[in-house]
Amino acid sequence: MATVSLESKTFDKFPDVVGRHDDTNYLNHDHSITSWLFTLDHKRIGLLYLVTITLMFLLGGALAGAIRLELLTPKGDFLTADTYNKAFTAHGIIMLFFFLIPSIPAVLGNFLVPLMIGAKDVAFPRLNLLSYYLYFAGSVIALTALLLGGVDTGWTFYTPFSSTYSNSYVIVMAVGLFVVGFSSILTGLNFIITVHRMRCPGLTWFRLPLFIWSIYATSVVQLVYIMILPSLGVTSEVIATFSRKNVFGYHIIAFSSIAIAVFGFIVWAHHMFTTGISPYAAMVFSLLTFSVAIPSGIKVFSWLATMYGGSISFDTPMIYAFGFLGLFTIGGLTGLFLSTLGTDIHLHDTYFIVAHFHYIMVGGAIMGYMAGIHYWWPKITGKMYSEFWGKLSAGITFIGFNFTFFPQFILGYLGMPRRYYEYPDEFQVLNVFSTAGASILAIGYSMPLFYMTYSFFFGEKANSNPYGGSTLEWTNTTSPPSPHNFEQTPVVTEEPYHYHGKEAAVVSH
Amino acid sequence: MSATNETVQDHGQHHHKDLAHHFDPLEQQHAANPLGMWAFLLTEVLFFGGLFAAYTIYRYKYSAMFEEASNHLDITLGATNTVILILSSLTMALAVRCSQTGNSLWTGRWLLITIAFGLMFLGVKYVEWKHDYHIHLMPGKDWSGKDYWHWQYAKKAKDMETEAHKKGSAEHALPDRKDVLADNDPSLGVRGIQESQQARLFFLLYFCMTSLHALHMLVGFVLIGIIAYFAYQGAYSPEYYSPVENIGLYWHFVDIVWIFLFPLLYLLGAHMGH
Repeated sequence: MATVSLESKTFDKFPDVVGRHDDTNYLNHDHSITSWLFTLDHKRIGLLYLVTITLMFLLGGALAGAIRLELLTPKGDFLTADTYNKAFTAHGIIMLFFFLIPSIPAVLGNFLVPLMIGAKDVAFPRLNLLSYYLYFAGSVIALTALLLGGVDTGWTFYTPFSSTYSNSYVIVMAVGLFVVGFSSILTGLNFIITVHRMRCPGLTWFRLPLFIWSIYATSVVQLVYIMILPSLGVTSEVIATFSRKNVFGYHIIAFSSIAIAVFGFIVWAHHMFTTGISPYAAMVFSLLTFSVAIPSGIKVFSWLATMYGGSISFDTPMIYAFGFLGLFTIGGLTGLFLSTLGTDIHLHDTYFIVAHFHYIMVGGAIMGYMAGIHYWWPKITGKMYSEFWGKLSAGITFIGFNFTFFPQFILGYLGMPRRYYEYPDEFQVLNVFSTAGASILAIGYSMPLFYMTYSFFFGEKANSNPYGGSTLEWTNTTSPPSPHNFEQTPVVTEEPYHYHGKEAAVVSH
Repeated sequence: MSATNETVQDHGQHHHKDLAHHFDPLEQQHAANPLGMWAFLLTEVLFFGGLFAAYTIYRYKYSAMFEEASNHLDITLGATNTVILILSSLTMALAVRCSQTGNSLWTGRWLLITIAFGLMFLGVKYVEWKHDYHIHLMPGKDWSGKDYWHWQYAKKAKDMETEAHKKGSAEHALPDRKDVLADNDPSLGVRGIQESQQARLFFLLYFCMTSLHALHMLVGFVLIGIIAYFAYQGAYSPEYYSPVENIGLYWHFVDIVWIFLFPLLYLLGAHMGH
């Protein structure tokens, strides 16, 4: 790369701890198509998910592009009202059910859970493969519903749009979501049993990496918060590794994952503050919704405290994690506006809501996913991607994202309702900002497709632990791992983030 | 599962032939399998729980019409099925017991007998559903939301059936649709419409819950069939019988769901008599 200034060769700083005994790994030990399609190896199943959800992400992204193009001008001149309804419904359904929910758990979770706990595979490998094919079948059914003519209810499927007055393919779509729901339930179940029963000797619950805690909490409680919880786990890992310090408040971060999962159960009526529910019920649900901010805040402050006094290196995953921190914080704080009953009456069903959940779901969850993909890419593929392009894409994504969604906070505050395909002229300037930002964001998201694919074939070889991580997948396996993960079952004697040296002295144990 | 001999990397440790490659000791596998099934059954409780919660709420709100509607189900057929299903649970328990004592032959036999009882249950259910359909209890498009018509029709059909039973004849005519419509259409009123919709809700729950239960039985047949095949192959022993134990847990769960469904759906209106 010509511009060397952004290149930091982190992966030379850390020696190869495991070394290579031979060149047989899970990627090259069998090249046949059937060895991939019928694989029971959790690592290969993770890659099957990676390819499939990336395709779904591109489709959902194209639909987002159509929505933003329509909103470039106040008049409805690109899509008809009906097509617009179907476009944003399809965008929501694909992004939430077929990308975000399986993103971190199914790709990184599948790849990492057994590696991080020192196991050879998940507890039920065949069930794992079944989960993938259920996901695949659900996707096919949902895409069929779209090809037949689509659904115009919004991804929430509120009745009576979806029942009495439905005039689109709601039932076909509902079947697709039902099937894909089974996939995530079975994957969650598999992870729960794996974490309970497959941990290697010495790996007690409080020696588990925080990623595992997040995945465990996600598996137990499969709700809206499952889309952000895994990202919180990824961020804990990335921040610990690139700060070279023990995570501040390990126990409290672990328990706050569980707390978010538990609170997530009992906040559902916050969607209904304007529907005429009892004001006392609304007060209780408002209070409970505020409570979600507590464990989330605990995590953010713990990460900051982890970085404080640490030896921070600014590699691509860390840049993405920084992006996550900023966007997740804005998303979380604007959530407080919405859980306040009075302001919610004003902001309900406006672009403020759209901006808020995109800050959490896209700014938070996808930034976390990207951080994780970049962090574990050397382990997954055994290759290093270009740090230059990685950092550039992280920066472009962050800028594009804020350009796209920050104006929407203002639009919502000014009263532009969500889900309309036309709007008054005075909203145009902010909408043009938003659409322009979306095209920047599209570039940011497309770049990894190219440099990651390039690195997979032509990238520099990664050693077993290029970033100096301290968890089992870095310290005890090769990159990429052998088909059965470990040469010998690891025995754990320490906490997960055992960085020794002068940084460790700050929080010595 | 790929071949068990793939554990070569563990440097010549002895491995039990039933140990799947990804488990370390056999005890780990023993503990993981039933725990997985219990966790799965927990998700099943949530799955059925949604329907039971809906039932609870609407029965509380519309208790009179729920009793009235329940009265249109056939208690005899429901009770017969309850007995059949409890017998199938007994044979399943015997299958698990035989697998624990290493009696492969009878493990397989008891499993097949369990399937036979299950098929009997579905046979009875088929007769019952067919009857329900003929007397317009199906809450689909056939059930008119605007008038009382089908509901009254169902009532009349039931009456005629009872009448025929009293006279000792097995065959009975169905009421003429026009008669019922002419009788009830003009004087229906708002209350009639509401009651019709409440009864419709009961039958919606009835068909959803019983067919979801039946679907679980169909899945059970396939799984029990597979386990029975392996049992005949001698795959299970006192050291390794967790698949049989798991399918037993599943079958007992399906049984327990019915034990709840029977009183909630059939016995609710029994005190009203026909």
